[in-house]
This record gives sequence, structure tokens and C-alpha cells, in this order.
Amino acid sequence: MDIINAQYFLNRIGDSNDGIKATIDGIEMSVPLDPANRHYAEIMRQVESGDLTIADAE
Amino acid sequence: MALSKVNPNFVEQTPYGRRNIIINGAMQVWQRTTAATSAGNTYATVDRFAFGVNTDGAYTTEQSTDTPTGTGYSLKAQVTTADTSISSGQYAYMYHEIEAQNLQHLLYGTSAAKSITLSFWVKSNKTGIYTIILRKLSGTDCHLVYEYTIDSANTWEKKEITISPTAGSTSIITTSTGAISNDNARGIQLGWNFAFGSNYNGATNNTWTTNTNHYATSNQVNWMDSTSNNFYLAEVQLEVGDTATPFEHRSFGEELALCQRYYCKTYNYTDPPGTNTGSSYWVGGSMAQTTTNTWGAVWDYPATMRALPTTTVYTAAGTSGQLQYSSGSLTATGVVQEFGKGSERVGFFHNGTASSLTAGYGVTIYGHIVADAEL
Repeated sequence: MDIINAQYFLNRIGDSNDGIKATIDGIEMSVPLDPANRHYAEIMRQVESGDLTIADAE
Repeated sequence: MALSKVNPNFVEQTPYGRRNIIINGAMQVWQRTTAATSAGNTYATVDRFAFGVNTDGAYTTEQSTDTPTGTGYSLKAQVTTADTSISSGQYAYMYHEIEAQNLQHLLYGTSAAKSITLSFWVKSNKTGIYTIILRKLSGTDCHLVYEYTIDSANTWEKKEITISPTAGSTSIITTSTGAISNDNARGIQLGWNFAFGSNYNGATNNTWTTNTNHYATSNQVNWMDSTSNNFYLAEVQLEVGDTATPFEHRSFGEELALCQRYYCKTYNYTDPPGTNTGSSYWVGGSMAQTTTNTWGAVWDYPATMRALPTTTVYTAAGTSGQLQYSSGSLTATGVVQEFGKGSERVGFFHNGTASSLTAGYGVTIYGHIVADAEL
């Protein structure tokens, strides 16, 4: 999975992270913070291996 | 018919129907596309089947009307770039994953664990020994590799493979190591192998192991070795018991609903995501604006999704990351951000300043959305 431009986004009514926007295999996607989600699991795997960094929310 | 005339195995195994554990085993549902698409270690064409590849070659998958019965569809794989020498760490295979909570009746992890039988039709120009990999992914990762032979080139052949919980005189599956959690995570991965390098082909045929490098035996052909090679798969069925029963045909609507738990879209069924759909699109609602710079919309998925899905939005023209909105004479596109995502629905709001909206006027949101909760 080719993942670039990963960045957290905030919850609509709060200030906690609500998900991750990322370009995955060339398509911009919105990934939930759910370990059962395969994209989130892969993002975390690449973060742990040092291949990906997730930018803070704006 | 006298009861004595009925195969007792069939009666025992099918008291309530719903024998086939595989979703979309008839290759009926193709929400992503039916066209030839390169395999890239993900889902790409037919629903519920994924395609792994890490070789110097490449292959595509697509829908085919070449089937063993002359009706319906098969899944066709075609080598497009050959790799005549698979390196030690390389592989190619396609697979289907089953949700753990749908496998509880196998009783894996207990002394009462049941045999399961896989049946499928296969056809290829390349004859020889192939392998199936069955990976139990819930809890401890356990592998079983089973050899089968494609005997005749370009001829449909039906294969029936029974997998015992004690295959190879092992007790891995009949003890706690073999347990499958009752949850929505990955339970079993079933793979049709095309090629595996020496790092992965050390398995003993029909024997359970906890060696997670064992995906194939050394007898596995290198299907990737020629751009002439194709591989057709149809009528895949996995059922409890030691007998392959006739393929269980389900209606298209039933099968589509089962697939939508893992992947769904607002597009018309035949439109692949990213298609320019012109004036056919999802309409998220029309609401009065209380301010001049924001709007929101909610999409209810057609099925309860397995997990919180990854979502992708598109304009009707096929641009990802944006939805469209109109109010009065204004028609514009806007970058959106999701909110309130659950397993039933997802909301979106405009992430920026929506130009020229008038407070008190209605605004209509439209475009397309795809939700992906595949295993």
C-alpha cells in the first residue's frame, strides 16, 4: 500500500483527532482511527517501521 | 424419496441451508470494476477477493464469461509481465478472507473442531501442481498448504479439498492454539497460489503448522513465468464437513448485500469509482443555510459495515477529495471533512469557506462516496 500525505483531522465538535486523511495508492481517503480498519492498521505499521509520518491536525 | 436414498452426509451438513461460507464465490458481484486491472496487494476487481503480488512480473484480473457451466462469470487472472525466476522472498497469489465471527461453527480451538471442504472450478493453460494456502489469522497464525493438480490445459476441472483439523497428525487446531475469536477481525485467509519463492515454499503438504513462512510447497508451479499464462476460477465453496456438496447458488441481491458489509458505494452498480457519471449522482440533501459559509450532509450505508470504513468522496466528474454543492445560481466544489463516522453512516461538512452562499437559502450537496471496510 502506497501511503503519502497522511495528516490527522479534528473532530467536528471537539479538539481530539477524529481520523487521518491520506493519499493511498493515488486516491485521497479518509481513514478512521479504528484498529479493525485495514488502512489504519497499515498506516500504523508504516509509522512504527519509520516509513511514514502523520502530520498534526491543522 | 425414501430417506435411505439421500446421501446422509448431505443431510447432516445442510440442515439449514447456507452451506457456503465464501461470499461471492460465484463471482457475481463486481462493484469496483469488471475490466482488467493490475494486481497490487489489495482488492481491485471482483468483490471479496484480493490479489497479492511481489515479483518482477505482473498480472491482471478481470471478469470473464468463460465458465464451467456456460453461464455467469468467472474470475480471470492473466500474466502481463513474466518472471521466469522467482526470488526467495517473492510471491504471487490471490485470496479471500473470512470474518472471524462467521467461522465459530468450525469449533476450531476445541477437540470437536470440524473438517471443512473447499471446492472450486479452475482452468489454466499451464498444467502442473498448484497449492492452496489456508491461514488461520485469528489468534495464533496457523497455516495449512494443500496441493492440487491442473491436469489438462485450457480445460475446466473441479477440485475438491477436505481439510481435517488434525491434518498431518497435528493437534494445533484442536487445542487452544487453533481458536478463532468471535469478533469482526480476520478469521481465515484462503489463497490460490501462483508462485512462491524459497523463503515461503517449505510447507509439508496437507499438514497444519505455526510456521508463518509456509505458504506453499516446493512443488508449486511458477505460474508467473510467461505472459501466455492465464488462470480462471469459478464457483468457490467452503463448507463444514468432509464432502463437497453441489454449489450453493444465491441471488444477486443476496450476494451484493453480503458484499456491501465490506465495500459499498453511491455509484450505480456498473459505474466504477472515479467514473464521470454526468448528471447521475448521490444527493446528500438540501438544507437551509443559517450562515453563508458552511454545509453538511449524511450518507447512510446500504448495510451495516464490518468496521469503521475508509471513505473516499468524488465529484460527479470523478475528482476525489471533493463533493459538489449548489445554491441558487451557484454551483461549486468543496473539500470536505467527515464527521460522526460509524458503521451505519458517515457525515460530511464543508472544510473551508463555501463561496457566495446566502443565509436562509437551500443548498444541495451531491457527488459520490465509497466506503471500504474490507478485511
